[in-house]
Amino acid sequence: MGIEFIYPEFEVVRDRDRCIACRVCERQCSNEVHSYSPVRGVMISDESKCVNCQRCVSLCPTRALKIVKSNCRLRENANWQDETVKEIYKQANSGGVLLSSMGNPKPLPVYWDKILINASQVTNPPIDPLREPMETKVFLGKKPSAVRRDSEGKLDFSISPQIELAMPVMFSAMSYGSISYNAHASLARAATELGILYNTGEGGLHEDFYKYGSNTIVQVASGRFGVHEDYLEAGAAIEIKMGQGAKPGIGGHLPGTKIVGDVSRTRMIPEGSDAISPAPHHDIYSIEDLRQLVYSLKEATEYKKPVIVKVAAVHNIAAIASGIARSGADIIAIDGFRGGPGAAPPRLRDNVGIPIELALASVDQRLRDEGIRNNVSLVAGGSIRSASDVIKAVALGADACYIATAALLALGCHLCRTCQSGKCNWGIATQRPDLVKRLNPDIGSERLINLMSAWRHEIMEIMGGMGINSIEALRGNRLMLRGVGLNEKELGILGISHAGE
Amino acid sequence: MVINAKDLDYRKLNEALRSAGQSATVTGCLGQRFICAGMSGISVSIEGVPGNALGAYLNGAEITVKGNAQDAAGDTMNNGRIIVHGNIGDAAGYAMRGGCIYVKGDAGYRAGIHMKEYREKVPVMVIGGCAGSFLGEYQAGGVIVVLGLGTKGRRIVGNFPCTGMHGGKMILRSSCDDIRFPKQVSIRQASDDDLAEIENYVSEYCRLFGKDRNEVMDARFSVITPDSKNPYKQLYVAN
Repeated sequence: MGIEFIYPEFEVVRDRDRCIACRVCERQCSNEVHSYSPVRGVMISDESKCVNCQRCVSLCPTRALKIVKSNCRLRENANWQDETVKEIYKQANSGGVLLSSMGNPKPLPVYWDKILINASQVTNPPIDPLREPMETKVFLGKKPSAVRRDSEGKLDFSISPQIELAMPVMFSAMSYGSISYNAHASLARAATELGILYNTGEGGLHEDFYKYGSNTIVQVASGRFGVHEDYLEAGAAIEIKMGQGAKPGIGGHLPGTKIVGDVSRTRMIPEGSDAISPAPHHDIYSIEDLRQLVYSLKEATEYKKPVIVKVAAVHNIAAIASGIARSGADIIAIDGFRGGPGAAPPRLRDNVGIPIELALASVDQRLRDEGIRNNVSLVAGGSIRSASDVIKAVALGADACYIATAALLALGCHLCRTCQSGKCNWGIATQRPDLVKRLNPDIGSERLINLMSAWRHEIMEIMGGMGINSIEALRGNRLMLRGVGLNEKELGILGISHAGE
Repeated sequence: MVINAKDLDYRKLNEALRSAGQSATVTGCLGQRFICAGMSGISVSIEGVPGNALGAYLNGAEITVKGNAQDAAGDTMNNGRIIVHGNIGDAAGYAMRGGCIYVKGDAGYRAGIHMKEYREKVPVMVIGGCAGSFLGEYQAGGVIVVLGLGTKGRRIVGNFPCTGMHGGKMILRSSCDDIRFPKQVSIRQASDDDLAEIENYVSEYCRLFGKDRNEVMDARFSVITPDSKNPYKQLYVAN
């Protein structure tokens, strides 16, 4: 030890008066923090293994436990902060690339929190959603930009394939492998019940979930895991994953230790073999190449399904989106830099990409300026945390939002940011059968339905407050937003006025 | 059934193929893309030059091209056969999981990238001539064979073959003395067992393209396999 020692990040505080040594904490902790000392007749703990997932805290029948941040810190230094120094120690010990999970935890600006929503007073009365109809349904896909008639002058009603959503929210891509069977089951069942869609991610579609196909987006990423004709046919839409907000420009590795049983079957790769998604699609080097992949998917599915292209929000996102809108894609999904990964190097997660708010506003504006906004629908993701974030995203130009972290929180995630370990005590980011069964899909799907129903009602309340009774009338309606504490440049990019203007 | 592709775009051509029954001959092919994308249960012969993404997501159909094929042939194919009586473009057999591709002549860059295998599905790509750079990058399964026939002294594989390879095998009809491989793969001279396997591919190649099997087999073969199916295990430290 000595030079390699790093003091544990958390302390396990056990109230000896309350603890009855029932050993629930020991059984619940996959990190093996807790154990019973027969010699002393008490529970003891090895806090060096604790990830602060709060599982033991939540299940302790006598509330004897709490996990607190250790106050054993290095000497204070505003430049060389404790965390920074310890990361250097870890890398000096191992020579490894730092790896973490879930979204960017750094105190970077959250523009949603600096945008305020309008409400009607006196002249344009608010609408009460409890008494009056309020439409939250949206359709995603290419919209015709002109009225078309056939040679006899009759209206041409044909339209590109669309996704119908009961509310402007979908569960975004999380692969089977990165999350558990029961987590996927919960998402699929909730999406079906709610009339929205969930997304397979790049790990293929488990055979049990084909029945939820009309509420499923199937993803095609650079590794093409589990992609075959039946899979493409199964979904309501196909998403090409070009990038991910948490780690723009790099691919993914699902370690061989997680490629077991059904995960191996669903990905169609051998057990124990790493699932490597290369950073680029090796057949895409241009918008023309992207167009080729888009149309090969359309040909393979006979033009019945919209194709989504998902990209990370990066510096030139407006120009990139403009290209995608001309590639034949029906929907562009933009993932901001606060999006949560199942595993990502924090150096990338915390430093690469741009916030979704700025990316979304600039893309919507660029597509309008170029007269191609109707070519595509826009989906915004990368840390949409609440109904008001959804409202603000729609007003900035989104047709719908992708949520993932919020959905996982509903399933029990406590944001301990160690998904990569595969030991998730909440049964979400794990393939260990004893852990997976802790997440009951009956309860999981019900909690997701609760969350989305609550958001839907809040969305209606906020819309009603603005005197708007259809979400379509809110899209791109930036007059409904004002900024607080933002500079001219930020306001300009967001296309909104400052509060008081 | 004969389909004259002269005045058909790729969408109409594929519609015609979908209603063609069990076999079809496409004449006058002029670079139409996506031919037979996702199709099964049909045998198609193509005269002319098919465009990019020939047989993408192919699911059991058989395609014979009486000429050259362009880029991304057999992208993500799951099952079936693609036989090309000429050369094939870049990114052939990208991420293919099953079936086989036989090319009489050369392959372009990035052939067999991320080819994989699963249980009984072991895809095979046999290239009669040379292969370009980045052959079998990230190869995760399946068999890539390069015979180097008619190379006239050219190196049979370009630069950077097998980068990131973590499964499957590559068979080169060469001593490989002039080819640089990455550190994580092993190169060995073909054993008797290997040669028995190689003979299957060579026999099929010779049958398809009218070559002499003994002549092709009478050469040194090398077999390249990855050292680990977890090449990046040591790369990370939990934070």
